[in-house]
Amino acid sequence: MNRIKQRFEVLKQQGRKALIPYVVLGDPAADVTLPVMHALVENGADILELGVPFSDPTAEGPVIQKAHERALAHGSSLRDALTLVKQFRETNATTPVILMGYANPIERLGYQHFIELALDAGIDGVLTVDLPPEEAGEFNQQLGEAGMENIFLLAPTSSDKRQKMVAEMAGGFIYYVSLKGVTGAGNLDVVSVKQHVDHIRTLTDLPVCVGFGIKDGASARAVADLSDGVVVGSVLVSKMAELAARGETSPQTFSKAVSSLVAEMRDALDN
Amino acid sequence: MNKKASIDFNQMPDAHGHFGPYGGRFVSETLIYALDELESIYRSLKDDPEFQAQFDYDLAHYVGRPSPLYFAERWTRETGGAKLFLKREDLNHTGAHKINNTIGQALLAKHTGKQRVIAETGAGQHGVATATVAARLGLECHVFMGEEDIQRQSLNVYRMKLLGATVVPVTSGSRTLKDAMNEALRDWVTNVDDTFYIIGTCAGPHPYPELVRNFQSVIGREARQQSLAQTGKLPDALVACVGGGSNAIGLFHPFLADESVAMYGVEAGGFGLGTGKHAAPLNDGIPGVLHGNRTYLMEDENGQIIETHSISAGLDYPGVGPEHSWLKDIGRVKYVAIDDDEAMDAFRHLTRIEGIMPALESSHAIAYAEKLARQMDPDQTIVVNLSGRGDKDILTVAEIDGITL
Ligand SMILES: Cc1ncc(COP(=O)(O)O)c(C=O)c1O
Repeated sequence: MNRIKQRFEVLKQQGRKALIPYVVLGDPAADVTLPVMHALVENGADILELGVPFSDPTAEGPVIQKAHERALAHGSSLRDALTLVKQFRETNATTPVILMGYANPIERLGYQHFIELALDAGIDGVLTVDLPPEEAGEFNQQLGEAGMENIFLLAPTSSDKRQKMVAEMAGGFIYYVSLKGVTGAGNLDVVSVKQHVDHIRTLTDLPVCVGFGIKDGASARAVADLSDGVVVGSVLVSKMAELAARGETSPQTFSKAVSSLVAEMRDALDN
Repeated sequence: MNKKASIDFNQMPDAHGHFGPYGGRFVSETLIYALDELESIYRSLKDDPEFQAQFDYDLAHYVGRPSPLYFAERWTRETGGAKLFLKREDLNHTGAHKINNTIGQALLAKHTGKQRVIAETGAGQHGVATATVAARLGLECHVFMGEEDIQRQSLNVYRMKLLGATVVPVTSGSRTLKDAMNEALRDWVTNVDDTFYIIGTCAGPHPYPELVRNFQSVIGREARQQSLAQTGKLPDALVACVGGGSNAIGLFHPFLADESVAMYGVEAGGFGLGTGKHAAPLNDGIPGVLHGNRTYLMEDENGQIIETHSISAGLDYPGVGPEHSWLKDIGRVKYVAIDDDEAMDAFRHLTRIEGIMPALESSHAIAYAEKLARQMDPDQTIVVNLSGRGDKDILTVAEIDGITL
């Protein structure tokens, strides 16, 4: 069974919520990401979302954009992401890993070739920001045949028709984007999140996780109470940026910093 | 049988914005709603006689259309070969073809009731055209412009400010048009409730390539009538520069079904196609996904979009409108490249022998048309789209001449 499904089943049995941190591959340096991934898991991450750097990340706010730029500055690529996850799997066979990125690097490899490499690396799912259901047909089918989950976004502005379309195609979980705009923006409207998540639940049995705008334990908890889990990105990435700006290079320093942030959220989710 | 003859060019794109394998809507879910809204407004107004009448009225009385089709007699004589006609988009209000499209999109914006418009700009011509229509309609206007372009197009930056627009410098990526478009998309998704995004070329997610083409097609419709009136026949060839491709598709589209009319889209060859430092994805790129559509792109082996180079800011873009990608593949239009030096020579030449100073973008079309004319007969005609005037480029040219103004 796919690791994502497995993980949600376990969480359900335990009555716990999924904590899904996001970091960008190669940010700020190639040797940082692997130790950071392990540290995230040790401190309570259930699923890891690994951002694949792209030259034109149009859906990202300034914080994650800059992370992409830092990673690209030393040439991080989709191939590196595949290699990295393979290394991660040498010592972790159970934590699901999702690649989050943009279509063009995947298309450059070719869907089929990418899927072969991703399976071999031990990747469980992908979230391709700029492949909405209308454009995802072929890729979705190929991912499905390979047993990989295709994760889709839903937004507060998604029409009913689109929510149904996404519910039909999606695998893994539904990623509900809690606000309009780019990553890292604005404040969370809990009432609106509840309405939307409740509605999505009427359309699908997949878990619904919420991302965008989750800053700390309190906001993570507030959102998790309404859903099956939270995705946390910009807070972690901006912490890494802060350290990088200070000239930190030790992978351990980065791991420690994200560990404490994630541990706080884990604690808020569980207690 | 001829395959091309059976294509109904007016039926493109399909319902999802596809031109063959190109185009479409490759955007984050968060943007879909805005695009759906735009599409439904456009569909409801597209064939509305009142909307069309308003558009035509503005083009006539505000832009100054029809733009002349001018027989460049001396240029023709000195070149030797086919007769060279210039479609004078440089004579439009604000100095380029860009205003045709901004008039159209501003009318759409007005129907939505949104009080704020945004735009991306490279050369600044589209920014100026957007700031202009915003001033006229009393709309708040933010124009995103790469820092590098702000440097090389400072005259247009100041024009936009005089028109009341806010010019937002873009410092990410290569700091040119592509990054300005990224920023505009980000702004739009954040402020979609009160903001209308006026895209400046026939690229971006569906329905932009279609609606920009339709607004710009006035160029080709006029050129068709004018050619028939002045020469008694259709032109033998059309030539236009291609950045995103809006002036080119505007000229080409009404002629696509006329098999006798050859078409040439001229991309920016920069330092030369062989150097890799250019902006000619149709000549030297591969299909990929950027800015909401699938099209030919300049990218590296990892699928990262690479920095382009052209002396003209308006052509300095790593992608191209998806319809051009399709027209290339089906062989209807031939895409060629002209490098920086050839474009500069054409700029100087046309200025000296016709008293017409072309924009550096348009100078690419001028340079290619001259080459083409020499291979054609004197009884044949070429229509060249003079997409804009060169006033905005004076500082760039002076700098090349080593002169500080
Ligand atoms: C005068 C002029 N011509 C051409 C272009 C290129 O745009 P397009 O290819 O969309 O016509 C520009 C863009 O700024 C321009 O200002």
